[in-house]
Amino acid sequence: MMRLERRAVPSRVMVWGAPLIALGLTLLAGCALFALLGVPVLAALHAFFVEPLTSRYGLGELGVKAAPLVMIAVALSIGFRAQVWNIGAEGQLIAGAIAGGSVALALYEIEAWYVLPAMVLGGLAGGMAWAAVPAFLKVRFNANEILTSLMMSYIAVLLLSLLVSGPLRDPDGFNFPESRLFHDAALLPRPWSGTRLHAGAAVALLVVVAGWVLLSRTLLGFALRVHGQAPRAARHAGFRASSLVWFSLLAGGAMAGLAGLFEVAGPIGQLLPSISPGYGFTAIIVAFVGRLHPVGVLFAGLIMALSYLGGESAQITLGLPLAVTGVFQGMLLFFLLATDVLIRYRVRTGTRT
Amino acid sequence: MQSASPPLMRLTGITKAYPGVLANDAVDLSIRAGEIQALLGENGAGKSTLVKVMYGLLQADAGSVHWDGEAVTIGSPARARQLGIAMVFQHFSLFDALSVLENVALGTGLDADAELAERIVSVSERYGLPLDPNRSVYTLSVGERQRIEIVRCLLQEPRLLIMDEPTSVLTPVEVDTLFETLARLAAEGVAILYISHKLGEIRALCHSATILRGGRRVADADPARASADDLARLMMGDGVQLGAAGAGVLGTPANASTGRQAPCPSDAAGTVRLSTSGLDLAAGAPDALALRDITLSIAAGELVGIAGVAGNGQDELLAALAGERRAPNAEDVLLDGTAIGRSGPGERRRLGLCSVPEERLGHGAVPELSLSENVLLTAHHRAPVARGGPLLDRRAAKAFAQRIIEEFDVRCDGPDSVASSLSGGNLQKFIVGREILQAPGVLVISQPTWGVDAGAAATIHRALRALAADGVAVLLISQDLDELMALCDRIGALCAGRLSTFYATADVDVRQVGLLMGGAASLEAAA
Repeated sequence: MMRLERRAVPSRVMVWGAPLIALGLTLLAGCALFALLGVPVLAALHAFFVEPLTSRYGLGELGVKAAPLVMIAVALSIGFRAQVWNIGAEGQLIAGAIAGGSVALALYEIEAWYVLPAMVLGGLAGGMAWAAVPAFLKVRFNANEILTSLMMSYIAVLLLSLLVSGPLRDPDGFNFPESRLFHDAALLPRPWSGTRLHAGAAVALLVVVAGWVLLSRTLLGFALRVHGQAPRAARHAGFRASSLVWFSLLAGGAMAGLAGLFEVAGPIGQLLPSISPGYGFTAIIVAFVGRLHPVGVLFAGLIMALSYLGGESAQITLGLPLAVTGVFQGMLLFFLLATDVLIRYRVRTGTRT
Repeated sequence: MQSASPPLMRLTGITKAYPGVLANDAVDLSIRAGEIQALLGENGAGKSTLVKVMYGLLQADAGSVHWDGEAVTIGSPARARQLGIAMVFQHFSLFDALSVLENVALGTGLDADAELAERIVSVSERYGLPLDPNRSVYTLSVGERQRIEIVRCLLQEPRLLIMDEPTSVLTPVEVDTLFETLARLAAEGVAILYISHKLGEIRALCHSATILRGGRRVADADPARASADDLARLMMGDGVQLGAAGAGVLGTPANASTGRQAPCPSDAAGTVRLSTSGLDLAAGAPDALALRDITLSIAAGELVGIAGVAGNGQDELLAALAGERRAPNAEDVLLDGTAIGRSGPGERRRLGLCSVPEERLGHGAVPELSLSENVLLTAHHRAPVARGGPLLDRRAAKAFAQRIIEEFDVRCDGPDSVASSLSGGNLQKFIVGREILQAPGVLVISQPTWGVDAGAAATIHRALRALAADGVAVLLISQDLDELMALCDRIGALCAGRLSTFYATADVDVRQVGLLMGGAASLEAAA
């Protein structure tokens, strides 16, 4: 008989061991999945996890995909530490893209240094505005931010498709629901030739460092952690719950909005009805796989980015459906949640003594 | 007439031990049909354990239970209900979002249909407990919620109704209604076991009283004849025995053998450092108490004590003084002449008001954080840890934690050990040390030696005395009368969110403080 026994103190090894075990289990389950689909397992694994990393373009793409995930997940981690559950980063990302993209379209064909900074401000403001709604509802009416932030995401998706079919539609675009292509001054530079890697990757690294400093070195980060772990102690210390809720949601909104702006000003270059392969939702998985720690989030973001690339590569070389990507991401979170029990419990075999 | 009938329920020699504490020690109790019996005792006297045994929630280690003259084993609450025993708990188990009808149906296993609604209405009318079965629970007052619990019990037509401190959450009008209902039930032959420590209520309501102290049945009393005074004495014992009454967890103050220490030679006309006047504070949560007309003042160098049984507003008072809950007006709370009623805990700490809450884990300290991080919790407002910028001064925090560990003899693996790894006494010494070493001008401290070993209690008592001797105004909120009598210059009591008059400790004895704890506004009123 296997059974679980509570540990006297939570295992420090397992805090980081659990994601690795979860990764291993995901690979095993993935192999089983490939075998069931009748695909040669080794070839599939190669296509999924190795092939994307063998080319310069592939490595660039890894950065392109990882940047928004890491940026958003670091900000979400800060909120999750405070038990503020912003599930609506996808909507905040889209709102940032709409706002920043609108700035680009409004300044169309203006060749000036301030175009990109103005777009960045637009992206930040859009994401924060979208996150401000759940924050206000939470602070004022104690409305559950999980529900409100998620519902705001659906509004953002529909708003984007409304705008690109209407006011922001390319006048010369044969009625396709797309905006104009942004002009050069409104596009992020691509410093590494042959790839689509853009400034977002550098920003993501800065966000990792900033997130780490915030959480471990500042009073605000301390307040967020205390609020999450012991709300009464936070009140005793004089930390205001409402400010922490506002900060958590606005930080998540700002980073998601910026990531959205980078998407449309970087790899995409225009506003489309669909601009994100679910980065905002995947970032939730990234945050948890990364143990809500900025450095952990960086590694988790790279792994998740690889799963996007691997899914595309498996689709091309083996004809597997793109849904494989979602399945892999879901399995990783599923196994992580399952193996997290090992932090507080140990597995014992044999009968109870 | 009553004495002729055989007891409905008889407990003989009930013994129940928890690790380290003998909660019930060979307790006997019998109750007859139609009798309202009080079960009286201080916190930790073993009342809850005894009724949990009666209701099948706990199994006694030894002893026997007779029901209707036959030996029975009550293995579960279901078995208890089957026998005809019902219990109304202190904390309600209701679903806020559901209606009264649905809540009753869930609790009884009946169908939530029109028939049940009709029965609820008829039972509630019969016993003067008006209830609309279709109202949602969240719209109801606390008293109305309690009615649901009572009606839920009555629908099962119990023969014995156990009520655990039912009036602690009720307003005086609701208390009157409840008493009428209970009297009517008793007249119909239902036995009622009424747990309380409020002496006035028991004298008004109960036919008999069983008094527990330190897990033993110490006396039976006739509440109609015994004075509140007698009951208080029986409940708390004589002053010298009080240490034993706290279920063996309370430390004996260091000076217990030498009698009360002379109040520290504070300047009799010391300047008032902390004062409140007529502070009212609405209940923050449905099961919390409101504070009413709290007026107190503490001078520099003075140690003032507030006695009272837990749940009478101690948490609320600490929250109101520490700033966790803000007063309606800034002038309601004055600290060294500054109106701080609207200031939060951080601002109050910067002005010199430090506090230690009753709950160590999760309120005074964060269990998962290290000691040096727990230093930051409150000390980031004051020297030497405060840095004044957005960044934390971790080195200062660690050094401060090390200083607390050394000066207060905290046994641990150093400043990096996690708070939850410390024993209760050591963590308490750490928290008290954290506030004291911030050199406060006023210290408000609640239940500082609750669940703390004798050595740690002595350390904390010494530190509080030294603090007062240094001119700090100290407010000590405690349930331990011995501690209060030994330490304080003046003493009063908190009951149902109201403060009694304060008396110089030298002028009152334990019995008189017991009267104040039981709800007397002043000794003159109780006489």
